[in-house]
Amino acid sequence: MKLETNGVLALLQYMSENATTLLGLTLEHIIMVLLGLALALLVGVPLGVLSAKHERLASVILSAANILQVIPSLALLALLMMFLGLGFKTIVVGLFCYSLLPIIRNTYVGLKEIDPHINEAGKGLGMSNWQLLVKVQLPLSLPFLMAGFRIAAVIAIGVATLAPLIGGDGLGREIYAGLNMRNSLKIYAGAIPAALLAIIADVALGKLQSKLKNKHNKPQPEQKQLPLTEQDKAMTA
Amino acid sequence: MIEFKAVNKTYDDGHQVLKNLNLKINEGEITVLIGPSGCGKTTTMKLINRLIAPSSGEINIHHENIAAIDPIKLRRKIGYVIQNIGLFPHMTIAQNIGVVPRLLKWDKERINARVDELLTLVGLDPHIYRNRYPSELSGGQQQRVGVVRALAANPDLILMDEPFSALDPISREQLQDELVRLQQEIKTSIVFVTHDMDEAIKIADTIVIMKDGEIVQSGAPEHILRHPANDFVKSFIGAKRMQALQMQMEPIVDDVMVENPATTYPSRGLAYAVKLMEKRKVDSLLVVDKNNKLLGSVSIYQVLDQYKDETKLVADVMKPIQYAVSSGTTLTAALNMMNEHQLSNVPVIKGKHEFVGLITKGSMVSYMTDLYAVDAVGGESHAVH
Repeated sequence: MKLETNGVLALLQYMSENATTLLGLTLEHIIMVLLGLALALLVGVPLGVLSAKHERLASVILSAANILQVIPSLALLALLMMFLGLGFKTIVVGLFCYSLLPIIRNTYVGLKEIDPHINEAGKGLGMSNWQLLVKVQLPLSLPFLMAGFRIAAVIAIGVATLAPLIGGDGLGREIYAGLNMRNSLKIYAGAIPAALLAIIADVALGKLQSKLKNKHNKPQPEQKQLPLTEQDKAMTA
Repeated sequence: MIEFKAVNKTYDDGHQVLKNLNLKINEGEITVLIGPSGCGKTTTMKLINRLIAPSSGEINIHHENIAAIDPIKLRRKIGYVIQNIGLFPHMTIAQNIGVVPRLLKWDKERINARVDELLTLVGLDPHIYRNRYPSELSGGQQQRVGVVRALAANPDLILMDEPFSALDPISREQLQDELVRLQQEIKTSIVFVTHDMDEAIKIADTIVIMKDGEIVQSGAPEHILRHPANDFVKSFIGAKRMQALQMQMEPIVDDVMVENPATTYPSRGLAYAVKLMEKRKVDSLLVVDKNNKLLGSVSIYQVLDQYKDETKLVADVMKPIQYAVSSGTTLTAALNMMNEHQLSNVPVIKGKHEFVGLITKGSMVSYMTDLYAVDAVGGESHAVH
């Protein structure tokens, strides 16, 4: 199928004519993804924390999440459908399963990456374990968590296009409709927004991630090369 | 105020880091725990805020066993500064300093006022630094913040674990000075762990030297320098530093004198005197009686002058001693005296007459040689032909 100039025009025309439907599908797509991600955060972050605190649990939790991740998406959705039936709920659970591993693993790595001296300082100053986690460890591992969230989001947006196969909605509906009707306009009208969604999510979350990372770590020359402060100069003079 | 009673600490792997430790740490002082790595100094310090639990024994603060105090509450009352600074990178300087006050639920205004006060105390302008992040500060500035963070809630005890060891020498010196000044201002007790003897001597009121989980010696720096308990302490203090101390301390005549110069009894004949001078390669003898009382001296010239007369004894030719110094006199005083009266040597006496030694040019040279021996290693010596 070649998309020529009048093809583009035709697509734009189709899209503007069906704007309400397409926007509705896009919105639905986004809602599915967000719900799946929210659930994954809700479950994944605590599991990540648990893994970081107990090395033995870590291997169990991480391999379980890993197994979930390697099941092909269509297979996983089909399996879920057998237990949960058709519909929106099933696809959200599927997205949740797919988002779990990046979030658990990155929470775990983020916590493990914290300089042990920071933890010691917090403890020595009189923070309880909970305070240390909430006030110090989680904020510090946020850039890592964000990276995991970004991966999860991009995967989820892709997997969500399979929703129609198990009775869900979203941009996938337009794509499958196009496939069934051999209507390339419909396929483009579904696939392009889905791809854009993934790209936008990736870029936006990437920016957020680097912003978080750089917020406290301004590029700094080696300590020894630091210019002397006025006070230092006065002292050495 | 802090008392360790028979404290033992054995790790799970069976390594015993502390062996029956008994230690009292005085209030309002800087106590420095020092020793080679693995001596148990850091373990000892961490026992105080219960970051480490003892295997046996008890630790009391103000006569209260700390095992009975909730560790979280205990730690909030004890300031803590660690080697790697340990500022929270995601918090501003103000938030870092305010950590403990916030944990203690001080109101906001009180915390802000305290933060500004503390920043000013270590020479950091609050308007500039309050809202910066730790990574925007130099290492020295960061550790200043680390120190004042420990002071924030007015603890009456602060623990410091090699706080300045990662800093460059200039910042380290500055922070040591500032710490001493701060401590004098606020009179907090400080337990300070280091492996740097210079640092210990500079800041400590009391030094506790540890080795293999035991205290080898404790006391004021001056006391330890002057009276090292054993060879380990001596080597730890370092030969150079001991010498430096000796150079600062004025040497006394007892350090310099020859303790067994050639002496003779007054009843001896002149031939014997000549023989003795020849044997000892000296040109004069000191004359003492059987009780080591100094009677006088004879020189080779006096002996040879009367040598032909076989009846003459040392007693007949000797001259009375005109100048002598008492044991304990400073070397400077002795030198002045020798210089003033053109003496080639001067005897050292104890009490009224008891002879103990002799200061000669040779003895001074050998004293200097000992003193500078280490420093001279890199230098060259030239033989003059």
